[in-house]
Amino acid sequence: MIAQPEPKQDVLAKRDSIVAGLRALVPGSGVIAEAIRLKPYETDGLSAYRQIPLAVVLPETTEQVAAVMAFCHREGVRVVPRGAGTSLSGGALPMADAVVLGLMRMNRILDIDYGDRCAVVQAGVTNIGITQAVQAEGFFYAPDPSSQLACMIGGNVNMNSGGAHCLRYGVTANNLLGLRVVTVAGEVLDIGGAHLDAAGYDWLGLLTGSEGQLAVVTEVTVRILRSPEGARAMLAAFKSNEIAGACVDAIIGSGIIPVALEFMDRPAIHACEAFAHAGYPLDAEAMLIIEVEGSITEQDYYLDRIREICNRFDPVSLKVSQSAEESLAIWKGRKGAFGAVGRISPDYLCMDGTIPTSRLADVLGRIGEMSAAYGLQVANIFHAGDGNLHPLIMFDANDPASFRKAEDFGADILKLCVEVGGCLTGEHGVGVEKRDLMGVQFSEIELDQQRRVKSAFDPGWLLNPSKVFPLKPGVAAAA
Amino acid sequence: MSIIAPTDIDGVVAAIEAARDARTPLAVRGNGSKDGLLRPVQAGQTLSTAGLAGISLYSPQELILTAGAGTTMAEIAAAVAAKGQHVIAEPPDFSALYGTAVPQTLGGVVAANLSGPRRVMWGATRDHVMGVVAVNGRGERIHSGGRVLKNVTGLDLCKLLTGSFGTLAVITDISLKVLPAPERRGTLVLKGLSPERAVAALSRALGSPYAVSGAAYLPAAMAARVPVLAWFGDSVTLVRIEDFAPAVAYRMERLKADLAEFGAAELLDDGASVAAWASVRDVAPMVAEQGAIWRVSVRPSAGPAVAAALERAFGAAWFMDWGGGLLWVAGPATEEAHDAVIRAAGVGTFMLVRAPEALRAAVAVVPAENAVLSRISRNVKSAFDPDGILNPGRLVAGG
Repeated sequence: MIAQPEPKQDVLAKRDSIVAGLRALVPGSGVIAEAIRLKPYETDGLSAYRQIPLAVVLPETTEQVAAVMAFCHREGVRVVPRGAGTSLSGGALPMADAVVLGLMRMNRILDIDYGDRCAVVQAGVTNIGITQAVQAEGFFYAPDPSSQLACMIGGNVNMNSGGAHCLRYGVTANNLLGLRVVTVAGEVLDIGGAHLDAAGYDWLGLLTGSEGQLAVVTEVTVRILRSPEGARAMLAAFKSNEIAGACVDAIIGSGIIPVALEFMDRPAIHACEAFAHAGYPLDAEAMLIIEVEGSITEQDYYLDRIREICNRFDPVSLKVSQSAEESLAIWKGRKGAFGAVGRISPDYLCMDGTIPTSRLADVLGRIGEMSAAYGLQVANIFHAGDGNLHPLIMFDANDPASFRKAEDFGADILKLCVEVGGCLTGEHGVGVEKRDLMGVQFSEIELDQQRRVKSAFDPGWLLNPSKVFPLKPGVAAAA
Repeated sequence: MSIIAPTDIDGVVAAIEAARDARTPLAVRGNGSKDGLLRPVQAGQTLSTAGLAGISLYSPQELILTAGAGTTMAEIAAAVAAKGQHVIAEPPDFSALYGTAVPQTLGGVVAANLSGPRRVMWGATRDHVMGVVAVNGRGERIHSGGRVLKNVTGLDLCKLLTGSFGTLAVITDISLKVLPAPERRGTLVLKGLSPERAVAALSRALGSPYAVSGAAYLPAAMAARVPVLAWFGDSVTLVRIEDFAPAVAYRMERLKADLAEFGAAELLDDGASVAAWASVRDVAPMVAEQGAIWRVSVRPSAGPAVAAALERAFGAAWFMDWGGGLLWVAGPATEEAHDAVIRAAGVGTFMLVRAPEALRAAVAVVPAENAVLSRISRNVKSAFDPDGILNPGRLVAGG
C-alpha cells in the first residue's frame, strides 16, 4: 500500500457530527456512512489500493456541492471528488479521514445548442452519454477514452482524458468551452462559457487535468462536432517494430493525419487474436490499425495513399476494410485488448507513458529486456500518432512479490519514457500511482511551483490530498 | 529605458534576480511588436527575449518543433513550410495594425495566445503549446509539458503561462505542435447576406461534416478594403476548406448545395483564398481605422446582436470571424465606447487590442474578474512572482 499522510485524529473523532452535518445539507439517501455501503467507494480503477473513507456524499446540485464544500472547509475535513471511479491511477482513492464527494447523481444534460455547437452537462453525465444525446442530430463529443461507457465528464475534465482519436480531435482540454466549479471554500465560479478564448489567465486550461487538486467541477460546457460522413479502418502488419515505426513516420510525413493510428506489438496481437478472433496476423511482429474519415471517395483516396506507403515497408499483411462491418472487425481485437490480456493473466497493470514516436523501436526493445529480467510478460499497445504508450504488465495479485515486481517494472518503464524525452503519463493522470515518480520528471523547484499553484486555490490542502505531489513534510503534513 | 536581451536562460535568470534584488519591475517582451496590446507597463527596465532565438528541434514526423522564445514567426513558418507543414492556429500578424515593422516572435504569440481563423476548427495557440521552459519571478527555471503530444503529468502550467502576457514567468523555450499544411485551399463566398443570415449560413457550414477551417463575415465596407473581395461589391460570407485537392473540390460542391438557400455561392481559388484569409487573420480591413480596436468573443449566434448594439452605441465598424463568435470592432478611443463594448460582450470576453496609451491605462482592458477569482488570480501571481516584478499592470491595474 502506498504511503498516506496520517489521518487527522480530530476529524476521525467528530465523525458522527460530520455525518449529521452532511445529512442536513444533502437529505435522503445522499449521505452514506454505514461501513457496508462505504465499501464500494474504497477504491477506483486502480484496485490494488483501497481505503474506506469517512463518509460519502452524493449531491444533486451545484448548490449542494457548494454547501458541502463550505461545511467541510469549516470543519477542516479533506474531500476526495469522484466521478464514476474509473481512474487507472488511483485519482479517486479515499483517505480514512476524507469525505468522498461523488458527482454521479449530477447526471443531467442541461442544454444542447446545435447552432453554436456546444452542450452544457452536469459533471456526472457519462462520456458516451453526451454523444448519445446529440447523435440523432448527427453530432458527437470527440474525446473517447476506453472507459467511455462508464467514465463521467467531470472525471474526464479532471484527468484531461484522451482516447484513440485524439490525433485528429485532441484531448479533453481541446474540446471544452466552459466550467462551473466550486472552490474549496464553497464558492461557485463560472469559467469560460459558450465563447472561445476568454481573455486573462487560462483558468479553463489550468483546471483541466488538475486531478481534483484545485476545485470541484460540477458543470461542463463541451464543444460538440458534426460526425464525419463515414470512417474506415485498415490493418497493416510488419516484420519488426522498427519497420512499423518507420511506416508510421512515412504516413505522417506524407501529410496524411489519420483519425486513429494504433500500434500493437507481437504479444498484444496474440492476446487480442486469441480473445477476439479478429483475424490478426500471428506471424507479424507489429501491427497498425489506421482509420480515416470522410466520404467514400475521400476514404478511398486516403486509404489508397496509405496502402502505397505501407507497401514500401514489406508488409506481412495488409487489409483495407471495404465496409463498416469489416472496420468493426479490425477494431474488435484492439478494443478488447484489456479483456484479452485479462484472459491470459489473472491481473495486469496498465501503464501510460508518452515517448517521442521516433524512439518507439528502441523503447520496445528495452521493455522486452526488462520483461525478461523481471520475469513478467508485457504486451504493448501504443497510440502511435501521438506517442502514448500503454504497456500491460501481467502479474499475479495473489502473490505479493509478483505485484511488487510489476510495480517496479512499471516504474522502470515510466523512467525510461522520461529518459528518452517523454513523460510519466499521457492520459491516465498521476493520481497516487505515479505520485512518487514525479521527481523523475520534475525538479523539486518545479514541484514546489506546482504546489504553490495548488495552494493558491486550496491553501489548507483539503482537496484530494496525497495525490499528484510527492508527500513532503511541511506541505502535506500541514494539510 | 534600458533593454536587457540575454542570449541564454542563464542571462534571463540573472536579469530577474538583479531586478528582484533592486525591486525594479521589468517590462517583458520579445521584439515589442505587440507593445500596443493591453495596458502599458510601468517598469524600470525592459527584459527582451529577442536574443533567445533559434529552432533547437524540428521533427516533422513527430509533428513537433522546439524553439527559443525570440525566434521570429517568419523563421518558424519558413522552416515548417520547407517540410510541407504549418503552424496550426494561424496566428495573426498585427504589424500593419500597430504600424510597426519589427517581426513578431514565437514567445510573443504564445504569451498573448493569439490565434487566427483556423482556431474555430483546429484550436487556439494554447492548444498546440506542448511544452515551455520559463523563469519565474523568483528567478527559478521551471518547465512544464515537453516535446510529446500527449502529456497530463502534473498541473498544466503550459496553458497557464500561455496567454499570461509575461506576468507570471518569462518563457524562454516553447515546443509547438505543427501539422501537415493542406495541399489545397478553397473558399466559398456568399454575397449580400445580412449579419443574421450570414451567421446562420456559417453555423450550417461549421455544423457540416466537411471540416470547415474558416468561417467569416465582412460587411460591404470591410470587404471593400480587401483586394480579392472588393469586387463582390457587397457583404461577403466566407467559408474555407483546406485539405487534399480532391477533398477540397468535393466538399466545396457539397457545401454549395447545402447552402443553396443562402444564395448562389462563388468560389475563390487557392491563391485568392490565401490572400482573403490572411486579411481576415491580420485584421487588415481595420488598419485604416482611426481610434480604438477591440476583439470580442461571444457565443457565435450572439455575434450579430453584439455588432448591432455597438453600431448603435458608437457607430462601430466591425467584422466577424469564427462563425460569428469573434468580432473585430473599431470605434472612438473613449471610455464611453469601451464601456459599450464591455456591456455588449456580456458574459463573453473582450480585449482592448489597440488604443492610445491614456485609454489603455484607464480602463479594464480584459474583463474584470469577480472577487473570488480575483483573489485566486492574486494568489497565482504571487505563486510565480511574489515581488510583482514581471510586467506589472500589463493585464490588470496593480496586478
